[in-house]
Amino acid sequence: MSASINTRMDNPFLVQLISGTVIGLGAGYLGAFMVLRRMSLVGDALSHVALPGIAVALLFGINPFLGAFAALLLGITGVWLLEKNTTLPSETLVGIFFTVSLALGILLTPQPELLEALFGDIANVTSSDMLISGALVVAMFIIMVFISRGIVLGTISKDLAQSTGIKLGRNNYLFLLLVAVIVALGLKVAGTLLMGSLVIIPAAAAKNISQNLSSYTKLSALFGAIASFIGIYFAGWLGLPAGAIVVLSAGAVFLVTLPFKR
Amino acid sequence: MSVGFENNQVLENISFETQKGDVLAIVGPNGAGKSVLFRALLGLIPHGGKVHWNKDTKISYIPQKFSIDKDLPLSVNEFLKFKEKNHEKIMTIVKAVGLYDEQHGPHHLEHHILKQRVGWLSGGQLQRVLIAWSLLEKPDVLLFDEPTTGIDIGGEESIYNLLHKMKEQHGLTILLISHDLNIVYKYANNVLCLNKEMICHGAPSAVLDSSALQKLYGGDVSVYKHSHG
Repeated sequence: MSASINTRMDNPFLVQLISGTVIGLGAGYLGAFMVLRRMSLVGDALSHVALPGIAVALLFGINPFLGAFAALLLGITGVWLLEKNTTLPSETLVGIFFTVSLALGILLTPQPELLEALFGDIANVTSSDMLISGALVVAMFIIMVFISRGIVLGTISKDLAQSTGIKLGRNNYLFLLLVAVIVALGLKVAGTLLMGSLVIIPAAAAKNISQNLSSYTKLSALFGAIASFIGIYFAGWLGLPAGAIVVLSAGAVFLVTLPFKR
Repeated sequence: MSVGFENNQVLENISFETQKGDVLAIVGPNGAGKSVLFRALLGLIPHGGKVHWNKDTKISYIPQKFSIDKDLPLSVNEFLKFKEKNHEKIMTIVKAVGLYDEQHGPHHLEHHILKQRVGWLSGGQLQRVLIAWSLLEKPDVLLFDEPTTGIDIGGEESIYNLLHKMKEQHGLTILLISHDLNIVYKYANNVLCLNKEMICHGAPSAVLDSSALQKLYGGDVSVYKHSHG
């Protein structure tokens, strides 16, 4: 029994498919709340911040995931402070700051790794990566059980949320932390350039056809998982870069839902 | 209960108290600090001085009219469930605030109100949903910022009647911000006039005289008092 599991887990393609699908599921779910909070652009640009982090990690021989996560942590803390202390639309500042870090990252990242960092390379995923991804996605779902109410109420009205005793600042920071985790995980699948769309497109598609929060968040997670699965499956089959096909699949799902928009 | 602010620009030397079952109207021009006063009372913003509520006072708050994105995929039922999981309790409150319509029956309530997106409700329906939301946890005090902004006269009347009924039935203390002095005369037993500082406080007919109104709004503002039979 354990031998057969081991052989199956040794199948790199299966490991890629499972890892990618789990990450897609998490990204879709979390993306639903990012779109609610009108963070589409922030989410998209945020993934660019990971590149200088990956670059520095590679230069020092550290795990690139940790480098990416550290850089994203800085990025989300910036977004959080901006949201907390101003009512300014953060989009412009975020757009500038995040693209500048992308440019910096391109210069810093060693040439051989640059393409992988930019567009992702699911082929390098190991079974321990898969287990870590699974654990982190499960942790994300658990934390969301506690903070999703605050996120939705805070989107409707900050005063309303706070008057019911929700600690919005802490709530939002936890949420952004989860965003950083998911984006860092997704870099393997879609890379710094495309990861943002894996968070945003499934949610946009789910929003087209949902009347309530429950179906919206579930569909968004489902669409994220489907796009990742189909993308990685066909990419493996056709020998194409997975990240691109994943994002194209998500785009296709969006197009299918568009005529049903209510 | 007394509230004073460090940055004196917003509110200065406000001190008042209110009794259980009171309806206290807060009036004043735009920018007088009315909503700020509410936020301070709720402890949402830093303030100097002291706000003292009786022990275990449950306070509910309905902020000033806010727009809800029509696209927001959140049903009325889900919104109310954020506060109360029990379906029976939700149904009781929803009926009490007049969202149930005998003519259209339970099907209408289920499909056109509870399963409706929050952003698709009419202004009057949304205010009723918000009142239902605020009453779900059986508060002792209700802070209501401009209850009827953007609602037509008929709707306005029925929302105030509803608040009045809630007060009678549950001994609710209501603090409301209003621009409409006629509403103040009709429904409030106390009024607090505010323009960065406290200008008057007392029963509306006693304190809302022309000198107070002039201080409050400047220029020649007078009220046409009419009696209700």
